[in-house]
Amino acid sequence: MNESVTRALTTIARYTALSLLLAFFTLPLLWLAFAPFDRTPTIAASLPRFTLDNFRQLLENPQALRSLRNSALLAAGTGALVVVFSALAAYALSRVRLPGRDALLYVLLLLSSIVTGTAAMVPLFNLAFELGLIDEQLGVILVLGGGLLPSAVFILKDFMDGTPRSYEESARVFGASPLQIVRHVVVPLVRPGLATIAVWSVAQVWGNFLIPFLLLRSPEKSPAAVVMYTFYTEGGQPDLALIATFSLLYSLPVVLMFLFVSSRYGFRFHGGIKS
Amino acid sequence: MPSTSPGGDAAGLGRLRAALFTAPALLLIVAFLLFPALWTLYLGVTDYRLTGLAAADPSTVGLDNFERALNEDRFTDSLWLTVQFVIGSAVLGQALLGFTIAWLLRERTGVLRRLVEALVLLAWILPSSVVAFLWIALLDRDDGTLNALLGTPGTAWLLEHPMASIIVFNIWRGTAFSMMLYAAALGNVPPSQLETARLAGASTWQQLRDVVLPRIKGHVLTNLLLISLWTFNDFTPFLLTGGGPDNRTEIMPVLLYRTALHGGELGYGAALSVLMLLANLVIALVYVRLLRSRTKEPAA
Repeated sequence: MNESVTRALTTIARYTALSLLLAFFTLPLLWLAFAPFDRTPTIAASLPRFTLDNFRQLLENPQALRSLRNSALLAAGTGALVVVFSALAAYALSRVRLPGRDALLYVLLLLSSIVTGTAAMVPLFNLAFELGLIDEQLGVILVLGGGLLPSAVFILKDFMDGTPRSYEESARVFGASPLQIVRHVVVPLVRPGLATIAVWSVAQVWGNFLIPFLLLRSPEKSPAAVVMYTFYTEGGQPDLALIATFSLLYSLPVVLMFLFVSSRYGFRFHGGIKS
Repeated sequence: MPSTSPGGDAAGLGRLRAALFTAPALLLIVAFLLFPALWTLYLGVTDYRLTGLAAADPSTVGLDNFERALNEDRFTDSLWLTVQFVIGSAVLGQALLGFTIAWLLRERTGVLRRLVEALVLLAWILPSSVVAFLWIALLDRDDGTLNALLGTPGTAWLLEHPMASIIVFNIWRGTAFSMMLYAAALGNVPPSQLETARLAGASTWQQLRDVVLPRIKGHVLTNLLLISLWTFNDFTPFLLTGGGPDNRTEIMPVLLYRTALHGGELGYGAALSVLMLLANLVIALVYVRLLRSRTKEPAA
């Protein structure tokens, strides 16, 4: 009997712990779930008196929409840069024994976890300043791309090491040039790897606040991360309906990308930067 | 060039083309990662400023910036706050909570597990400026949901308990990584060993200590190093408190931003950058050594 009492208590303790955990993780999210649909959103989370009117207002707000477009531009630019550059480098490093290859890869990975945007904000700002890249979206793309590339190369090289080489060999027998082989044989083989890198870099850039906050000056060029911040820090009464709907719309892409990756490839996580 | 090793250069790339293939990535990494790190060593020994005389013609001041940092209360206070933040939110908070969740869910597969995992992950993947506002709303003095729930109206959490607030916030924000890592690690603990220990009358604590911990030691260390590194470099608390009130949440990244970019003291800020980079280097080197020693031993 003693044992069954212990067991019952253990079960109760376990469910209590799980309920508390659920509450802790749900509580901050409630506002994001309810406020966007509330006719009169307040700062407190409460069941909404349902309306979609807030979204109509959001769609009429040029600043909000422009910032989402800017985010998309920065994410797409950085994503394309990282995928193309890392794929080329990873393929060469996977197939050709360049001198010092393994040491190079380790140093790069080490570098990318040490030189974070936070720790290096001063020299990054100076560098952008000297290159005339302050208030240029290209500056943000280059800085973020440089930070993401080492991990991308590392992950993709791992991926390419695991793909068979026989297709490349037979293509070569039929007289295809190395570039043709890369484009028509290798790329289709490693497409899942490329997709992972693309989604991963887009997600990193989409959420990044610090680098555009440091490097961009004009609100017209700022991405959603920065504009969202100005919505609740710039004086006056914050427009809660705007903040709520904007938060939801801005968050949606990362959630969708996450669902896509985890359903398609299973979720694996890698080291590297998360700034 | 005949292939030197089986399964080597299958497309006949050759070393020259291979070097060209790696060049764009390397150039970008050198320009925007390696060079800034080295440059900040130089900037750190100058009195470079954003505006004024020292902006046009910065002069070398040697190690004065570093000396100033060590003598300034604002720096040592910030260091101490950073230690509290990293130990409180990462080493104790995220790691313990992540392990607890992984342990509680280890034998489950159903809806409950997926629900808990989804919510924990959601906190991790949402953009930082969104989650920052969610917490500002939650902790609001007048209408905040937390005050309504606890029956503590009028408590301004971010002003009265700023450090505790950002620590709890960061636990909420970052536990997902530890949870997933420990879930994977616990999958490597043979259930039969736990069963044996249980039959031998071992309590949960004893099982954890004697059966589980020795098997996941490597994962624990990996996890602690990575989350410490990330938490140390986390700028998100700035979005919640801006370093205030009275610098009481001015962790290193925030101090760096405020002195260098807001205050315009780029030389002094660069010196602080150097110190942060050094701290990162130490953590990362420990991590790499650990990985190496683990790959040398055949799977323990």
